[in-house]
Amino acid sequence: MKRMLTPQELAELEALLPPGQVLWGDAIGPDWTHDELSGVSGMPGAVVRAQNTRQVSAVMRFCNDHEIPLTPRGAGTGLVGACVPVAGGVLLDMSGMNRILALDEDNLSVTVEPGVLLMELAAYVEERGFFYPPDPGEKSATIGGNISTNAGGMRAVKYGVTRDYVRALEVVLPSGEILTLGGETVKNSSGLSLKDVVVGSEGTLCVITKATLKLLALPPRTVSLLVPFPSLRQAIETVPAIVRSKAAPQAIEFMEQEVILDAENYLGKRFPDHSAPAYLLLRFDGNTLAAIEEAYDDVAKLCLAQGALDVLISDTQERDESIWTARGAFLEAIKGSTTYMDEVDCVVPRSRIHEMVDYLHALEKDAGLRIKSFGHAGDGNLHTYLLKDDLSQEEWEKRMADTMEKIYRKARELGGQVSGEHGIGYAKRAYLQESLPPAALALMQGIKRAFDPKGILNPHKVFEP
Amino acid sequence: MEILVCIKQVPESNKVEVDPVTGVLNRNSAASKMNPYDLYALETALRLRQELGGRVSVMTMGPPQAEAVIREAYAMGADDGWLITDRRFGGADVLATSYTLSQGIRRAGPFDLILCGKQTTDGDTAQVGSEISEALSLPALAGVLRILSAEAEAVTVEMDLTDKVETVRVSLPCLLSVEKDIAQPRLPSYVRKQAMKDTPIHRLTLADMEDTDPAHYGLSGSPTQVQRIFPPESNHKQEKWTGDGPELTGRLFRLLKEQKLWQGGR
Repeated sequence: MKRMLTPQELAELEALLPPGQVLWGDAIGPDWTHDELSGVSGMPGAVVRAQNTRQVSAVMRFCNDHEIPLTPRGAGTGLVGACVPVAGGVLLDMSGMNRILALDEDNLSVTVEPGVLLMELAAYVEERGFFYPPDPGEKSATIGGNISTNAGGMRAVKYGVTRDYVRALEVVLPSGEILTLGGETVKNSSGLSLKDVVVGSEGTLCVITKATLKLLALPPRTVSLLVPFPSLRQAIETVPAIVRSKAAPQAIEFMEQEVILDAENYLGKRFPDHSAPAYLLLRFDGNTLAAIEEAYDDVAKLCLAQGALDVLISDTQERDESIWTARGAFLEAIKGSTTYMDEVDCVVPRSRIHEMVDYLHALEKDAGLRIKSFGHAGDGNLHTYLLKDDLSQEEWEKRMADTMEKIYRKARELGGQVSGEHGIGYAKRAYLQESLPPAALALMQGIKRAFDPKGILNPHKVFEP
Repeated sequence: MEILVCIKQVPESNKVEVDPVTGVLNRNSAASKMNPYDLYALETALRLRQELGGRVSVMTMGPPQAEAVIREAYAMGADDGWLITDRRFGGADVLATSYTLSQGIRRAGPFDLILCGKQTTDGDTAQVGSEISEALSLPALAGVLRILSAEAEAVTVEMDLTDKVETVRVSLPCLLSVEKDIAQPRLPSYVRKQAMKDTPIHRLTLADMEDTDPAHYGLSGSPTQVQRIFPPESNHKQEKWTGDGPELTGRLFRLLKEQKLWQGGR
């Protein structure tokens, strides 16, 4: 089923681009064959390092004409194999298109190429007093990748997800045609929102070559509260009350002592407190310290009333760094604590998050493997990691598949979805199929055919068998 | 053990901008915080109290609003706070500041142990600790990396001498300036903040001191005068290396060692 390129095709492809932008054979290093976690790998027939939209268009037309599969790729930080060229063909590396094109202070937007990294965008806008709220933990992901997975992150509780900040997209269709979807306008009621169909489509419909993103004014101050609890259950059960309190924190994260200790080992740095079994981490923003203190005061009291051991205040850059650096390293830290792992990124209604966490805790005993989770308690999005440790490959695969099945079943039962922010890619297709009504799946496949009649774009991903 | 920690209120931003023409410190916001290095001294004190019992007091010199860092120290666990504030103390250089603090300590003490941070993020002189000890005729150690043991009459510490670490036992009372990372500072506690809300802060003015001669304080007590303030030269350097993995790894390792960014195998 793997499509490699003939020497003739490679020569034609090379002729489309300036020298050095097409790689094949030994020049394709292992980095291009996998992403960060999924265990999915695939060797492409050629890697094309695109530098501009015209090149993307030429390559896509070529692949479409020759029916060569084409998989777009950003920084390769995905966790579900979405950017892995499982069908061979051409891997279109977009990371070279990484310029910030324009900051529009009149329309509060910034226009970027898709290869700009999230951390570069954040630094660029924040230096100028603006704020791009989506805040996934992986800061070295590309904006193109964030749009393709509709990435969420920690600030989703208050500010929403990537989709809420995409105003316009320049995309290239498989035919090579270049289209702009959406626009610089705040409102738009002009037909189907194709831009929103593309957000979260994981490279299955078209290739994004430019994005105009909405910005907000940067909140001048933030304060984080680290709240220790005597048990995870008490911590999680406090979350719905915080949401109800209308205090509107930017972020509500939960973490357990064990993961904090892993992060301390991984980073070689101490967390400001690791004496309690479980923590909530909240972040508030506002114009002045006094305004923020007023906003969090009720939440602090509420946490204490729910049994919190204390409410610890982080109000300076140094204190924030000591907490959030560790929070940002959780994934890597857990990865470093075991031999291999796989993840579940399910999302449930936030009012039911405690049921999910309870379930996972109970499941750990039955599953016969270590389960660690942390995540965005405030928006119902849990990151759960199943750890292989010293299990044999056979035993691991059996227990992992069985456990995942149970977790997804529970998520569905609670009214949840397969993925909150990491996407479906290659690794989670079966679970998506189980969770969606056949009619919804058929609509998705129909949309796919309308964009990509020959089916060359990122085959076998998301809704495709 | 009676422990005193010297703390200071500094501008919140670590990026000090100086107007290149006027030489005036550009404090673009009024926001301030406790000197980050002092957090390590305070944490060290709180851990010693946990081990040995006693009390932790904090002292700062500054305008009335410097009270905020004492409240912050209360929220972190301090028992008692002293604010040295008087217009006549304004414009003090390192020597006058140290002398004023030493006078305050005579008034607030006696203390078994005085702890200071390594330096401040605004002045960066790293001299106040040692000069306080001089004015009080106390033994002082700087660059303290670790407290190995503490008893009623002496402490044993590890001191960073750049190229080696010296273990020193020093009798009390004494003054220690502690290094960053001696212990991860705890966060201020909301519960403690509420509980300490009404705890008073002692205020000391010139009239409260043993030495009430205004010539020894503030600008007039300062032998050094600032002639000019200018922004430091930025020395961000970028180098690009090419080569194979092992070669680059070796080069990077040597560079990290040369720049003292590598602490392994000390």
